[in-house]
Amino acid sequence: MIINLNIIRSIISATALCFCLFNSGVTLAQQNFDDVEIKVLHVQGNIYMLVGEGGNITLQAGEQGVLIVDTMFAPLSDKIFAAIRSVSDKPITYIINTHGHGDHIGGNANLAQMGSNIAGGNTIDLFAAGAGNQAKVVAHENVMASILAQENPIPIEGWPTDTYYTSKKDLFFNGEAIMITHQPNAHTDGDSLIFFRRSDVISTGDIFRTTAYPFIDVANGGSLQGVLDGLNYILDLAVPADRQENGTMIIPGHGRLTDEADVLDYRDMLTIIRDRIAYRIDQGDSLSQVKATEPTFDYDDRFGLNSGTFTTEKFIEVIYNELSIRN
Amino acid sequence: MSYLQRSRFRFSLLFILSFAFPVQAQIDLSGEWGAVFHEDSDERRPGPEMVEYQGIPINEAARRRALSWSPSLLTLPEHQCKPHPSDYGSRGPSNMRIWKEIDSESQQLIAYHTRIRWQAPERTIWMDGRGRPPEYAAHTWQGFSTGHWEGNVLVVRTTHLKQGWARRNGIARSDLSEFTEHFIRHGNIMTQVVMVSDPVYLTEPFIRTNNWKINLAQQIPPYLCETVTEIDRPQGEVPHYLPDQNPFLREHADRYNLPLEGVLGGAETMYPSFIE
Ligand SMILES: [Zn+2]
Repeated sequence: MIINLNIIRSIISATALCFCLFNSGVTLAQQNFDDVEIKVLHVQGNIYMLVGEGGNITLQAGEQGVLIVDTMFAPLSDKIFAAIRSVSDKPITYIINTHGHGDHIGGNANLAQMGSNIAGGNTIDLFAAGAGNQAKVVAHENVMASILAQENPIPIEGWPTDTYYTSKKDLFFNGEAIMITHQPNAHTDGDSLIFFRRSDVISTGDIFRTTAYPFIDVANGGSLQGVLDGLNYILDLAVPADRQENGTMIIPGHGRLTDEADVLDYRDMLTIIRDRIAYRIDQGDSLSQVKATEPTFDYDDRFGLNSGTFTTEKFIEVIYNELSIRN
Repeated sequence: MSYLQRSRFRFSLLFILSFAFPVQAQIDLSGEWGAVFHEDSDERRPGPEMVEYQGIPINEAARRRALSWSPSLLTLPEHQCKPHPSDYGSRGPSNMRIWKEIDSESQQLIAYHTRIRWQAPERTIWMDGRGRPPEYAAHTWQGFSTGHWEGNVLVVRTTHLKQGWARRNGIARSDLSEFTEHFIRHGNIMTQVVMVSDPVYLTEPFIRTNNWKINLAQQIPPYLCETVTEIDRPQGEVPHYLPDQNPFLREHADRYNLPLEGVLGGAETMYPSFIE
């Protein structure tokens, strides 16, 4: 069966709708998640990818417990928990947030409360009241700041318990080094990229998605150059196996499982688009003149969005503004 | 039982058994196949020239993208060891081994495997009726292939492809592409018909044929690819041509005295009527 472009477009616009929802502050109770199924894909080693509605979840499971990266939307928490249970019966010990968008942190509170800290039994009293009774939530401190700035923030139980403000944070869990690196001013100002070193899997958050051009959330500190720096960093980290395939596997914020070659094509595309727009700016073109040159035309049928908050037009505008300021 | 009776019994048992099990393969494709280049030789061996897009049903997006493609892209280490995707592999140095994977108990054909010389891609064509991976599974250079017999023709359907190329001069083939193949064996000659659909870059299916001749003496050598940084570029630099700045725009057209619109491709350039 040939994949119908209209189906792809409707999937993409459904994704865009999600962005729309949390950007406009509409409560998620209005969105119906009844038909959403949480699907589990074993990636390699200790790592699984959970796909449903909203950002992909990365799941690491082992002897010590369960670690998840991102939590989708709150109404999906029970289904996500059931999906986790299909892989492991250990408690959720860590939640890591790649950034502060509602489709990635919505289930934080529910899932944190379904979990427990490494501390237990007698040692719980050694922690602040109750802190041992739920999973730790790890995020860059700008995620905390963005939650605090929201009109309807997620419940306090889902707020990060463990923030970092430097360029990186390391964990060792389930026999595996987990390297969390801050990707400054990329999709937002609070992006973390998570590298599971033993399993050889990278969880990218929304710096990378296979469904559309990147959503550059300028209002929350995002920039194209930050996204490109993040993608180049992924290319540095990832090592493909034989025939430029597999090896390091890469879980995108949205879309299908990938490896270095997929990130490479995406990085190449964004760099080419940036260079085209930069060249037109150097020639003295206005925004409308740049738009008239259709700098994304050859990629639009694959990655362009005509509806939602972050349309292709908006994408071009954001790049134009960013590059104009730099000049 | 007399000898005659016994052999009759064996014969009828054999007869019954031959009906009891479905006939899996009408014809065997296994063997060492030497590539035959009588068709499209210039494109397949020395390779196409820059801005030589004729004969491919590309759309305007594919054309513009190809015009921005610089061969220097292939100097980037991450691009160096890419094998041809399975819809293109037969076009290159495509000496090929085909072998069967058989279930030892039932003797049913589970899969055909192929290995092609250049970059040594190995491919599996599942013949056991298994389902496709989900849409969120990884895409690969060889994709996910399933086959079935239509008479003596092996028909193969492939999905889950990585982004690839329709021609080696920058004509992109998207990761949403799928393709169907027909493998047709006539004794020692085999023909493959490849029909690629691409909702992103093609306006109609792109159809090519390739041929092989059995070669009992063929040995496919090992193929090891190691990336080498020959040009030290700043991190993140991607070689490409800006719009309207491709220095090779007219090179091929001028060399062969062809009108530019003829070499820029599109479905109409596939048909002889275009020349008139
Ligand atoms: Zn996001």
